[in-house]
Amino acid sequence: MSENWIEVGNLNEIPALGARIVETQDGNIAVFRTKDDEVFAVRDKCPHKGGPLSQGIVSGKKVACPLHDWKINLDSGEAVAPDEGCAATFPVKMDGDKILLSLTPNEGCPNS
Amino acid sequence: MKEKLVLVGNGMAGVRTLEELLKLTPEDYQITVFGEEPYGNYNRIMLSPVLAGDKTIDEIMLNDEQWYEDNNIKLHKGKKVVDIDRVNRKVIADDGTEEEYDRLLLATGSKPFIIPVPGNDLDGVISFRDIHDVDLMMDASKKHKHAVVIGGGLLGLEAANGLMLQGMSVTVVHLMDTLMERQLDKPAAAMLKKSLEEKGLHFLMGAQTEAIIGKDRVEKVRFKDGSEIYADLVVMAVGIRPNFELAEKVGIHCERGIVVNDTMQTFDPRVYAVGECVQHRGQTYGLVAPLFEMGKVCANHFAKLGIGRYEGSVTSTKLKVTGIDLFSAGDFTGDENSEDLVFQDAARGVYRKLVVKDNKILGTVMYGDTIDGTWYFDLMRDETDITDFRENILFGQAHLGDSGHGDDNRIAQMSDSAEICGCNGVCKGDIVNAITEKKLFTLDDVRAHTKASSSCGSCTALVESLLAHTVGGDYSTAPHLKPMCGCTEHTHDEVRASIKAQELKSVPAVMDAMNWKTGGCSKCRPALNYYLLCQWPDKYKDDSQSRFINERAHANIQKDATYSVIPRMWGGGTTPEELRKIADVAEKFNVKTVHVTGGQRIALYGLKKEELPVIWGELNEAGMVSGHAYGKALRTVKTCVGKEWCRFGTQDSTHMGIELEKMTWGSWTPHKFKMAASGCPRNCAEATIKDFGVVCVDSGYELHVGGNGGIKVRATDLLCTVKTEEEVLEYCAAFMQIYREGAHYMERTAPWIERVGLTYVKERLLDDPEGRKAAAERFLFAQKFAQDDPWEERAKGAEAHEFTPIKKIG
Ligand SMILES: Cc1cc2nc3c(=O)[nH]c(=O)nc-3n(C[C@H](O)[C@H](O)[C@H](O)COP(=O)(O)OP(=O)(O)OC[C@H]3O[C@@H](n4cnc5c(N)ncnc54)[C@H](O)[C@@H]3O)c2cc1C
Ligand code: SF4
Ligand code: SF4
Ligand code: FES
Repeated sequence: MSENWIEVGNLNEIPALGARIVETQDGNIAVFRTKDDEVFAVRDKCPHKGGPLSQGIVSGKKVACPLHDWKINLDSGEAVAPDEGCAATFPVKMDGDKILLSLTPNEGCPNS
Repeated sequence: MKEKLVLVGNGMAGVRTLEELLKLTPEDYQITVFGEEPYGNYNRIMLSPVLAGDKTIDEIMLNDEQWYEDNNIKLHKGKKVVDIDRVNRKVIADDGTEEEYDRLLLATGSKPFIIPVPGNDLDGVISFRDIHDVDLMMDASKKHKHAVVIGGGLLGLEAANGLMLQGMSVTVVHLMDTLMERQLDKPAAAMLKKSLEEKGLHFLMGAQTEAIIGKDRVEKVRFKDGSEIYADLVVMAVGIRPNFELAEKVGIHCERGIVVNDTMQTFDPRVYAVGECVQHRGQTYGLVAPLFEMGKVCANHFAKLGIGRYEGSVTSTKLKVTGIDLFSAGDFTGDENSEDLVFQDAARGVYRKLVVKDNKILGTVMYGDTIDGTWYFDLMRDETDITDFRENILFGQAHLGDSGHGDDNRIAQMSDSAEICGCNGVCKGDIVNAITEKKLFTLDDVRAHTKASSSCGSCTALVESLLAHTVGGDYSTAPHLKPMCGCTEHTHDEVRASIKAQELKSVPAVMDAMNWKTGGCSKCRPALNYYLLCQWPDKYKDDSQSRFINERAHANIQKDATYSVIPRMWGGGTTPEELRKIADVAEKFNVKTVHVTGGQRIALYGLKKEELPVIWGELNEAGMVSGHAYGKALRTVKTCVGKEWCRFGTQDSTHMGIELEKMTWGSWTPHKFKMAASGCPRNCAEATIKDFGVVCVDSGYELHVGGNGGIKVRATDLLCTVKTEEEVLEYCAAFMQIYREGAHYMERTAPWIERVGLTYVKERLLDDPEGRKAAAERFLFAQKFAQDDPWEERAKGAEAHEFTPIKKIG
């Protein structure tokens, strides 16, 4: 599959254990950075009631939604059991310190 | 190669240990289980409801065979281990099966005690321990009429009740002259006996069995005094004996049980033991709650985490007979130095006794209405000083000012649609279903699955009662010392003590020094950040990524991801200039809602995050700073106009309030902190539901502490009356500081004071003037580093990454 990679910024622009938003015409995408500098991109919309995941507390490879504290896995977009639901994830890759994002969501979760 | 772990005894304690282990390290061991019984693991406790016809065997299975398969556990069911070769490290079963081990876990449970009388081996003489026994009883009840249960303890009464419900005529024979003498005092036992008689059971008290008579099958039971009764079925329920036959045979040290240390290790360091078969610090146990605690500790050591010690348990008892509410815990007889607090209402069938010594609860017996059982039990285990609420304690927790869930909530009588958790809209039926269908054991499980009591927590007691009521026993009993969260075994107090003693100065340093199991979670990281800040106000660098969004963004997130801001209005007062500025900002930024808050402030709703710094800059122009309405911090000081205008005013309450707010703004606290100052006892500023409230009187200022509006209303306690404004300020600073230093993160002053006791607060603030002054100074020192307006900093460009997208596409 051919991806259309877009450069969205530098790793050091996102605080470790934090997130920044990429605004797109189809809504916001949250780009997360973990403690070990892994980067994930997830639709900025909690599968519960649409809370902005980018505003949550990041621990390990999960984020706690700021509205009602669901935990969402950053790699799969899936809510941590027993909660059920998932947020779309997007391909990201690093080119040195540059973060490249594709706007075509990964398969698996509904992208809404 | 994985290490090999073998479990002997496929019962509640052993399998629970495996479950805990799998949670910690799913991959470390190759696990094999031997069970004498031909099933997976089931909930032995629930055999009583099965016998009573309330449950089926299927419903009480905890881990079916699929579970063993899913977790790669080899199960040898229906095989009894008869030998252990400790030199070559292998176990041998009765059919010859052998398995090697690196570590061995013995969880062989106990055996029913069979009284040594002639005829005890006749057909129709059984005990009550496993599925097989229940099958025999069910079968007998179809063919026979007369049952005799020997033993009037918990197990005997549950057996008797079940057999009666299966249609038999049942006589309970008891050696003592009161029932359940190990759990109940005389009055409660008498009430119990009366209720059971009304249900249709017969009793023979003070009767010593001499022989069981019959040809092949039992026909009669004869007693010491020569009398006899008919019996087609005899159930012996006179007690249990730890089953350490196997351990003893292979030379592992046993006394009344398999002797283990605080890490559940036997005298052979490769062999561990948990459950009813062990003897720990001279004690043996016959209830599941302590066995589960043992399992947790043991799993911890298997996972080589090396933390966690089992230090013994205090247990409580309930009887699982529908329609009978009974609760007992601790020492309920007392001695010459203890006192009894008793409440009895014979007409309603209610009895409560608390045994108290030095104002601490030693034990309790309750009959008829046991909703406060868990509360008394917690007070007992935590050795809480009850001086401050002793006069009301017998009326229950509902009488301590809890208006959220009143006295009328009688768990058992509540309808299924009754709402238990108002925050998450969870009703009784949901919780009961989740407990039974998902086989939940603990409060945490119920929280995870239903969300009940996971938000504000005010319904915790109700959920615990419901859990106890639904599953029986004392499942819900949380461990004595609660760890901060799943990431650590340490309690809040231990963590705080280490931060101080070991001079830990960052979140990772604490996690490192205290063996955190993970990199932290959204529960412990904010707590650690606060503890560090409180301990090292001048040196600690705040970790904003460990803060909840509101504190990170200095505004309140709303459900549509917009924010609200509330500027500070000192003591609730404002000026035309400020109001004009607020109006301008509201118009310019298209503010959707302007709202006057309960704390005498004006809130602007519906703001975009990106615009916040600009808005703050404009508010700053009119001299307005952050109101910290978003923080676990000093929120507001509410005042009335007092003596300046009001004809009843006794002091200048407005001025007092402003001074308090100037001194305390910007301080971080374990939970939000609110104040008020009223000009006279008419108390228009509602000072008696604040964390710290001042009520002006002719002679000076009454200081009130520990009040709370919100979900669970609590009126303040009067601390003292002082004469001058300076004293008010000093007491306030000192009170805030001891709260900041002593409370657990997310604990408001109300529960904190209930936990430590008003007496403690008075000792620190009234009896120790030096200590009070020192605390006030520590507070003021910390304030030097806290009183910078976060809005101004951000309006000038600080933390810009927090407020702007990294990229806009299209
Ligand atoms: C009817 C009833 C009601 C109860 N109600 C309550 C209650 O309300 N609250 C409460 O807290 N507790 C209650 N209990 C007690 C509770 O069930 C026990 O405390 C608990 O089951 C003990 O767990 P355990 O793992 O130590 O032993 P068990 O659950 O008995 O497990 C031991 C297992 O090991 C097997 N085994 C033994 N020796 C060998 C061997 N050599 N080889 C292979 N397998 C072996 C046994 O067959 C058994 O399956 C009740 C018990 C009964 C019988
Ligand atoms: S509290 Fe007293 S002084 Fe203050 S407004 Fe009310 S009546 Fe007046
Ligand atoms: S503002 Fe307070 S009372 Fe109102 S809905 Fe929100 S949490 Fe509930
Ligand atoms: S919207 Fe995310 S938890 Fe409710």
